[in-house]
Amino acid sequence: MGLAKVWVFAEAEGDKPASSTLEMLTRAREVADVVECVYVGAGADALAGALGEHGATKVYAVDGGDGLPGVIGAAALESLVATHSPDLVLFAQTYDGRDAIARLSAKLDRPVITNGTALSVDGDAVIVGVAIFGGNMLVDTAFSGEKPYLAAIRPKSFAAEPSGGAAAAVEAVGAVDAGRAGQARVLERHVEEREGPKLEEATVVVSGGRGLGEAGAYDPLVEELAKLLGGASGASRAIVDAGWVPYSKQVGQTGKTVKPKLYIALGISGATQHLVGMKSSDNIIAVNKDGEAPIFGVADLGIVGDVHKVVPKLIEALRARG
Amino acid sequence: MHVVVCVKQIPDPVVPGELDPGSHALKREGKLILDESDSYGVEMALQLVDKAGGGEVTLVSMAPNGEVSGLRTALAMGAAKAILVSDDALAGSDALSTAKVLAKAVERAGAVDLVLAATESTDGYTGTTPAQVAELLGWPSLTFAKQVDVADGTVTIQRQTEAGYDVVEATLPAVVSVTAGVVEPRYPSFKGIMAAKNKPVDTVTAADLGLGANAVGWAGARQRITQVAPAPAREAGERIEDDGEAFQRVVAFLEDLKVV
Ligand SMILES: Cc1cc2nc3c(=O)[nH]c(=O)nc-3n(C[C@H](O)[C@H](O)[C@H](O)COP(=O)(O)OP(=O)(O)OC[C@H]3O[C@@H](n4cnc5c(N)ncnc54)[C@H](O)[C@@H]3O)c2cc1C
Ligand SMILES: Cc1cc2nc3c(=O)[nH]c(=O)nc-3n(C[C@H](O)[C@H](O)[C@H](O)COP(=O)(O)OP(=O)(O)OC[C@H]3O[C@@H](n4cnc5c(N)ncnc54)[C@H](O)[C@@H]3O)c2cc1C
Repeated sequence: MGLAKVWVFAEAEGDKPASSTLEMLTRAREVADVVECVYVGAGADALAGALGEHGATKVYAVDGGDGLPGVIGAAALESLVATHSPDLVLFAQTYDGRDAIARLSAKLDRPVITNGTALSVDGDAVIVGVAIFGGNMLVDTAFSGEKPYLAAIRPKSFAAEPSGGAAAAVEAVGAVDAGRAGQARVLERHVEEREGPKLEEATVVVSGGRGLGEAGAYDPLVEELAKLLGGASGASRAIVDAGWVPYSKQVGQTGKTVKPKLYIALGISGATQHLVGMKSSDNIIAVNKDGEAPIFGVADLGIVGDVHKVVPKLIEALRARG
Repeated sequence: MHVVVCVKQIPDPVVPGELDPGSHALKREGKLILDESDSYGVEMALQLVDKAGGGEVTLVSMAPNGEVSGLRTALAMGAAKAILVSDDALAGSDALSTAKVLAKAVERAGAVDLVLAATESTDGYTGTTPAQVAELLGWPSLTFAKQVDVADGTVTIQRQTEAGYDVVEATLPAVVSVTAGVVEPRYPSFKGIMAAKNKPVDTVTAADLGLGANAVGWAGARQRITQVAPAPAREAGERIEDDGEAFQRVVAFLEDLKVV
């Protein structure tokens, strides 16, 4: 076996552990004897079952109040790490995960390896694989300094699988002093409404890009096709930045990574930063009027054509089937 | 109000990136340009200073070979001056070493109310530098801002979340990282470009900032690349020109996959 103890900085979505947390636990238990979590937020007890089922034996639970979870988490981790000496702490490459790993690295004076998509242990070496240049090159990096090692892993890098473990024991951690950094306070939370399956979990994802021509084309083409296929709708950054759709729909390097059974790209050129978020999909269909668009390089079925002509006919044909 | 903006100067992203075969570091030999992601921070800073009714914007950058091209672009947008940290000892710096350098550069800038950075750079995109800088300075950090307001010594942002956004606030001084699209960056005017040529750039070394050689550069990074390999390429499949009937091929493909 590899490492004695690996920790996962756990995050929640509603009252369940985030899928990225369960993915990291699954990989962690393959390379470590003991896997434990550190969690900031309310309701750790509700998470303990699923965390345990995926390999965690213990959850250090911190009540973050209205502080930022990453900031409070780093402060809590600083003292927990000193007491319990984990070999490696894994964070998801998410908003709070990035805050936490960044602050902890500065507190402990340890380097970070980020954007990891693979993790392995070879003798003493802990190696994180990172896909660079839009996923065209894979770079393996080994830590060479003192432990604990700190790594951030991109969601969807591993498949989450239950191990059948018992619920993790919850150990409450007392109040944490994050100093002046802890002054940052969350005043309000806004949740954007969403219909249908979650983008990262859908079996079909239909995404639209600048080739749609205008914001008004997104609903009748992208949303409609996604709905007919029981899928989720996504987007390129170009139309998120243009304000056509919310950021939560963005697929790619700075958005979500998706691995559906089928990904349909409508009017998306296929920039490397977009490809890195979707090219591990099982099947890819692209519609683009430019036969030279890079998206065709990864498409199983490429239609060189106008989205405004192809997609309405497709929608009509699917509707006719009922 | 005095706002510092961290601006990274990077190889032109349009040119395909290359790794140095010896060190496996990204080649940064050619001319560097302002990372587009940082143009949002520069614009945000200029607008905040305007709204505050006075003050100035200082840039800080760490880049090899005394590079100033990207800084000149940001100065042309309206920043007043820049601190450039350039030193061979900084080659190979990882995100934490970079943050140590930037934090020292911020201290060198004098009394500062706010530090702005992008949520992640275009070339390295660890996305950790801004919060590392904040931790080293002992300041709050508000990350992933899609809106920023400053009033009465407090900064309030809309922070991007998985589900939507949170409204988060902290007292100044603080570090804020901004997403692309937070504001629309201005194009430098001809007058701005001319004025930028004479704006002061304070070029310093790591030693000038009091950083020892062990803290930064290759020595500071404490990680080594063990392997670089091309990723398995995905094969392009069938491609057809739409003759008005291509949708039927799509329907057949969907049927084969049993998604309809
Ligand atoms: C640091 C950084 C991070 C980034 N992160 C992301 C990210 O997470 N996700 C992301 O998507 N991008 C990201 N980008 C941006 C990326 O580089 C591209 O700019 C973006 O993906 C382009 O979006 P697009 O394909 O919609 O637009 P464009 O590149 O403009 O492509 C539009 C396409 O539509 C086609 N088209 C036009 N009209 C039609 C029509 N009528 N019918 C059919 N096709 C048509 C065109 O031929 C073209 O190929 C990032 C960039 C940087 C620098
Ligand atoms: C492909 C690749 C992968 C890498 N992986 C890692 C890794 O896993 N771990 C690691 O520690 N390092 C890594 N590095 C090195 C890292 O990119 C550099 O150390 C860099 O100096 C700082 O990190 P960043 O660009 O990722 O910053 P980010 O945290 O992504 O940058 C966010 C913002 O901080 C500011 N900023 C960052 N750098 C500067 C600068 N030099 N001058 C002024 N402002 C700046 C800018 O506002 C920037 O937009 C990697 C580099 C490459 C090219």
